[in-house]
Amino acid sequence: MTTMDLSVKIGTLEMPNPLIAASGCFGYGLEYADLVDLSTLGGVASKGLFLAERQGHKPERIVETPSGMLNAIGLQGIGVHRFVAEKLPELRARKARNIVNICGTTLDEYVEVARVLSDAEGVDAIEINISCPNIKEGGIQFGCSLDGTFNVVSAVRKVTRLPIIPKLTPNVTSPASFARAAEDAGADAISLVNTFLAMAIDVEQRKPKLSNVVGGLSGPAIRPIAIRMVWECRQEVKIPIIGMGGIMDWRDVIEFMLAGANAVQVGTANFVDPFIWPKLLDGIESYMQRHGITRLADIVGAVDTASPAKAHA
Amino acid sequence: MPPVDVRATVISNVRLSHDYNVLTFSAPEVGALTEPGQFVMVKTTDTSEPMLRRPFSVFEVLRDDLGTVRAISILNKRAGRTTNLLYGLGAGDPIWCLGPLGLPFNPPESGDAWMVAGGVGLAPFATLAEALVAVNVPTTLFYGARTGEELYYLEFFDRLGVKLVLSTEDGSIGEKGRVTAPLETSLKELSGPNQVSIYACGPEPMLAAVAKLAMQYGQPSEVSMERTMGCGLGGCYSCVVPVTHADGQTRYVRSCIGGPVFDGAVVAWE
Repeated sequence: MTTMDLSVKIGTLEMPNPLIAASGCFGYGLEYADLVDLSTLGGVASKGLFLAERQGHKPERIVETPSGMLNAIGLQGIGVHRFVAEKLPELRARKARNIVNICGTTLDEYVEVARVLSDAEGVDAIEINISCPNIKEGGIQFGCSLDGTFNVVSAVRKVTRLPIIPKLTPNVTSPASFARAAEDAGADAISLVNTFLAMAIDVEQRKPKLSNVVGGLSGPAIRPIAIRMVWECRQEVKIPIIGMGGIMDWRDVIEFMLAGANAVQVGTANFVDPFIWPKLLDGIESYMQRHGITRLADIVGAVDTASPAKAHA
Repeated sequence: MPPVDVRATVISNVRLSHDYNVLTFSAPEVGALTEPGQFVMVKTTDTSEPMLRRPFSVFEVLRDDLGTVRAISILNKRAGRTTNLLYGLGAGDPIWCLGPLGLPFNPPESGDAWMVAGGVGLAPFATLAEALVAVNVPTTLFYGARTGEELYYLEFFDRLGVKLVLSTEDGSIGEKGRVTAPLETSLKELSGPNQVSIYACGPEPMLAAVAKLAMQYGQPSEVSMERTMGCGLGGCYSCVVPVTHADGQTRYVRSCIGGPVFDGAVVAWE
């Protein structure tokens, strides 16, 4: 029997498989601990953390759209200190690999949150959120400027040895140039895409469906765009890419990996089916078996663009 | 017990009116775990159109003659896409059901139980009434709707021995006006605080009014809040309710895991 190797390495972060629960879609992880053995996931990306607690936006915070959803939660969260005190010990006990997502309204805040996490026990990597479309004062101001991206990543780089993974926005003309800026600044990997800035209106009431007026689009509706962006970034950078955007089944995981992702995050699909994780793993393993793949990493970026696939009706 | 996800089959769809139906489906694993006030997340397709599940109170837990749980039902009112699909389902159709979820109602510490329902807010009270009657708690249902035709399951509650106090906005059955009017009349007749436990489910202005009346007359209340939900498990933070905490601060609490049942006195009504 051949053993299959699904492992992924990002700096010192070693994951048994490429499946990561996406930030903002999995609470702090513990909400799901009775439904899924957290240690069987490649990693758990926590909900975004500022230094202090945040209340987030008023409801309505989500609305379903064609094959997708808009959200404008507004980064409600308990803050990094309470996370370290109240969530990390239990996450460690459950052997989750913790990719902690950090936010900031200023460069100093990113640095300070990263410093607190570096001193804590049980953090495996830091994902830097410079791409939340839903709050004016945080993140996106850095994520939409090449200098801003470079500056945040370099500043965080200086205060931690943990793997750092800036999460990039798709709301720019060329995400690949932001991938380049992140790599130049010392990122160990990049993750993309965050959600697409979008809007939905109730035509009877002539009002926006979200209290924040605009929100971030996720779900299968965005997947082809996310695939294209991951593929473009793969041409531009050498560092690992964590791909995401509308993954609903194992086929979508493989698609992201062929486009150039070393690992993936799953978010919206977990809302629909919290028991999705073993199903994804089973599907990936049978794909590997069918295609005689022993090392999943071998398919990263392996899409053959010389000619298109035969069309199927 | 953690919730379970069942691909159930519709057993019956009883259309009560042009808008309301009771959908019964084979999710005994869910029903066996359900406590009054808990909810399920359901979906009529395994495709992404529509994609997300929608939350529903468990309306009935249906047992056979031996007492074994065979099915559950939900009380549905057509409003959007999924509720329209649920209205249209027929026997044999699949339905995906995750549950039970959320915090249930707490039983009364002493005295009578008063349930207050507005419209589709009747949903959590069939199971609550059964549980209360089983432990001999005298139970009253204050039930309001737009018209008499929209007052459902009256015989069910009557058969259980629940006292019915009805009201309609058009006056066709019971007192004309809102359900909170007969509730206040009854509250005035109480001799002191903590005589009854009030349970409410319905439109948010009604819940706010019930919670305020309960406080005014010194009676405890629990309200079941309806919110747009993404996951039902605490993952998405979309279904929040503002709650005033012990430190005096108001914070958003996820109604899927911190509710849907809340102490009416701590909700920061808007």
